[in-house]
Amino acid sequence: MNSSQATATRVSGSSKKLLSSIRKIATSFAVILTTLFGLLVITFVIGRLVPADPVIAAIGDQADQATYERVYKEMGLDRPLYEQFGTYLVNVVQLDFGQSHITKNTVSSDLARVFPATIELATLATIIGAGLGVPLGVVSAVRKGTWVDHLGRVVGLMGYSTPIFWLGTIVILVFYAKFGLIPGGGRIDIYNEGLVEGPTGSLLLDSVLAGEWEVFLSALHHVIAPALILGYAAMAYLSRMSRSFMLEQLRQEYILTARAKGLGQRAVVWRHAFRNIRVQLLTVVALAYCGLLDGTVLIETVFAWPGLGQYLTSALFFADMNAVLGSVLLIGLISIAINLLSDIVYRFIDPRTR
Amino acid sequence: MMKNGSFTTLHNWLISEDFTSSRQARLHKAYVAWLGLLANPLAFTGFLVVLGLIVVAIVAPAITSYSPYDQDLSRALQPLSWQHWFGTDEFGRDVYTRLVYGARTTLYISILVTLIVAPIGFMIGAMSGYLGGWVDVVLMRITDIFLSFPSLVLALAFSASLGPGIENAVIAIALTVWPPIARLARAETLTFRNADFVVAAELQGAGMMRILLRHIVPLCAPSVVVRLTLNMSSIILTAAGLGFLGLGAQPPMPEWGAMAASGRQYLLDAWWLTTIPGIAILIVSLAFNLLGDGLRDILDPRNG
Amino acid sequence: MADLKETILSVENMSVEFPTLSGVVTAVRDVSFNVGREKVGIIGESGSGKSTAGRAIMRLQPPHALVKAKRMQFEDVDLLKASEQQMLSIRGRRIAMILQDPKYSLNPVMTVGEQISETVILHEHVSKKEARSRTLAMLERVNIRDPQRVFDLYPHEVSGGMGQRIMISMMLIASPSLIIADEPTSALDVTVRQQVLSILDELVMERNIGLLFISHDLNLVRSFCDRVIIMYAGQIVETIAAADLDNARHPYTRGLLNALPSLEHPRDRLDVLRRDPAWLENRS
Repeated sequence: MNSSQATATRVSGSSKKLLSSIRKIATSFAVILTTLFGLLVITFVIGRLVPADPVIAAIGDQADQATYERVYKEMGLDRPLYEQFGTYLVNVVQLDFGQSHITKNTVSSDLARVFPATIELATLATIIGAGLGVPLGVVSAVRKGTWVDHLGRVVGLMGYSTPIFWLGTIVILVFYAKFGLIPGGGRIDIYNEGLVEGPTGSLLLDSVLAGEWEVFLSALHHVIAPALILGYAAMAYLSRMSRSFMLEQLRQEYILTARAKGLGQRAVVWRHAFRNIRVQLLTVVALAYCGLLDGTVLIETVFAWPGLGQYLTSALFFADMNAVLGSVLLIGLISIAINLLSDIVYRFIDPRTR
Repeated sequence: MMKNGSFTTLHNWLISEDFTSSRQARLHKAYVAWLGLLANPLAFTGFLVVLGLIVVAIVAPAITSYSPYDQDLSRALQPLSWQHWFGTDEFGRDVYTRLVYGARTTLYISILVTLIVAPIGFMIGAMSGYLGGWVDVVLMRITDIFLSFPSLVLALAFSASLGPGIENAVIAIALTVWPPIARLARAETLTFRNADFVVAAELQGAGMMRILLRHIVPLCAPSVVVRLTLNMSSIILTAAGLGFLGLGAQPPMPEWGAMAASGRQYLLDAWWLTTIPGIAILIVSLAFNLLGDGLRDILDPRNG
Repeated sequence: MADLKETILSVENMSVEFPTLSGVVTAVRDVSFNVGREKVGIIGESGSGKSTAGRAIMRLQPPHALVKAKRMQFEDVDLLKASEQQMLSIRGRRIAMILQDPKYSLNPVMTVGEQISETVILHEHVSKKEARSRTLAMLERVNIRDPQRVFDLYPHEVSGGMGQRIMISMMLIASPSLIIADEPTSALDVTVRQQVLSILDELVMERNIGLLFISHDLNLVRSFCDRVIIMYAGQIVETIAAADLDNARHPYTRGLLNALPSLEHPRDRLDVLRRDPAWLENRS
């Protein structure tokens, strides 16, 4: 094959690859759109299932019949369901989630305020969980059957089975009430509150960027307990998964080849086997992140962490359906976004999908 | 293990592999699985705990001397003692009694959810795998949509809109638990979909339902059972979470999560109110996980 | 002409045992043979222990297996007493192993070139650039055209025959003196087998090294190797020069030969190999 022929085949080959890439991206897009749509249908249905009368929730039960009917029409409740859904869709796209009758703000402004705190907590917890869990799982697999393996599995199993709100409460009982080592809740102490309004929304990062070390230390002091607890739950899951992935790889023939080449254990495990599980790990880390969003709802309540979870639970307590739905929708959107992100990175890492 | 007399004959009959009837073959399989369970101490412990839970729930009145509902404010917030093994709560009710009756609530929720989810999830998944085509695409999209919500949040949202109460909590939890079962059923069905024996049945004129029920269900059963057992643990945790947030079982009904929640206010003075129910949740959840893990090792030896 | 007198590998009374729940399973029992600068074939059916024996020589047996021998000498190294550290420097550099199916024996997420270079970087500590040029040279040596392009390919992008040639490159690039080939052509199309075999043959002759060729295909081995070792149920039943195979004495070997169809001596019915339990007791 001379060089000009080689170039010709290479060009048509790469344009074919481009076409299939575009097709794949378009399919992903369609999938995401349908998922989003489904999400909205579900939240809409949840909103309509409420046995409480939304009109009365808005105007109280003392109002007279005329006001009732007026507000009824205003809220669009007399329109057919599909029209109501349409209005709902339009509102959502414009980020209008209605108004919260407790805080008196729009739900979207409330959400914008609380959501960075949750992201900070969930991200930190995922980093802790992955940083501890993955090596633990790998070591467990490599030393299968030894005490390290058994210990790792028991620790993991406990993490799976512990009710996270209970663990949080116990930690507060022991480390705050008994030993005074950690604060009783909140994101930062009152002296340092509001001192740093940074670009990222993460108090830790913003205070470092602004050079405010006292703020940083206080923020760290407050975040460490909830992040470690959530991180523990993530670690349990991730160590279990990485152990299972690793075991599967160590059974493969190419591991024997690597050993036959004269590679030592460390190179075999990390340069060969680990490279093959990176993609699967990515998927489960994304899943762990979404699972943590569940955990934050409970942990934020226990630690009075001013995030999405606490907002949701107080909205539930006060039957503020707009706020509840807005939060639920946002959490669903975050889940989808995380999965999409992991999908994209996956495409880059795995040579088999290129 | 020494077995003497009639046990030995029975044991040998069950162990032998020359089957004279399909009933013997089935009993043999069950017996071998049972032996496998006995050989795995962790899984067996889990099994015993689960069994214990069921027994406790059934004989609750027999093992408690107080009523879970009677209030006596003069005896509120008492620490652990011989009269009150786990102390009393803020209304003077015996915590141990409420814990025991709470086992009933826990079992009620878990069993009900499983009874709803198993057939529905399985049917959706199996039909999806069997029929393929647009039915598969649509059903899987729906499953994915439900999967894209973190389960507690979705259960929360449904629970909130349906209103508090234990039946609504069951429905809400069931709505979050069915997707993984459907996925599993679909994957298993796809494995067997084009097997020769299925095609043979189709040629004989068997319809979809018959094939699914008589041929595919028995083959999928082991992995579905394992998954359901493992799921019990998360059902219990979700139910406790809902209880903690005030949804689900309403007072005065004893429910472990709700007990832990109401105990928070008195955390510093009466630590047992929150700690003890939490330990109960932990133990039961752990037991189901151990049992599920053990079952998986027995029934599905691929996953070592 | 290869110098047959110098023994590279000497194995005396090697056994490999696996502890199982129902007792000890002996996969390889009291096996003795020598390999010089020649091609020695080990023939056996599945379960005869041939692959296990091959791996035991390189101390790559499964973790719970127990290897015992009176003597296992490779050139100047006592393989029984060598530490794992020593074995790491021997594997890939002085003894190499070629596995059966490149679909599974190559790392799917590393480029082919990277995997080959890894061997030479590991043992000779050369720079990446130097390793790359050595790899390209090796790829050309195994008749791969356009080695620059192939260097950056992933294992799933190459054909079976090319994959095996890549495996050969990877294992021979550091110039070992003994190759253990475990069914190197069994996963290949018949048309491709000969190409791979001739490359292996050229390399072995040119470098004047030893080859231990493990296979189940008697026909293949008799035309390719100098000597043949027949294994059955973990034991060696016969050792014979390939040219003398027709005069083989052990009934198992004769059974194998009689089961082969032949153009020169056509028969109406081929014999079915009958296994005599007495062979399990025999020692050759």
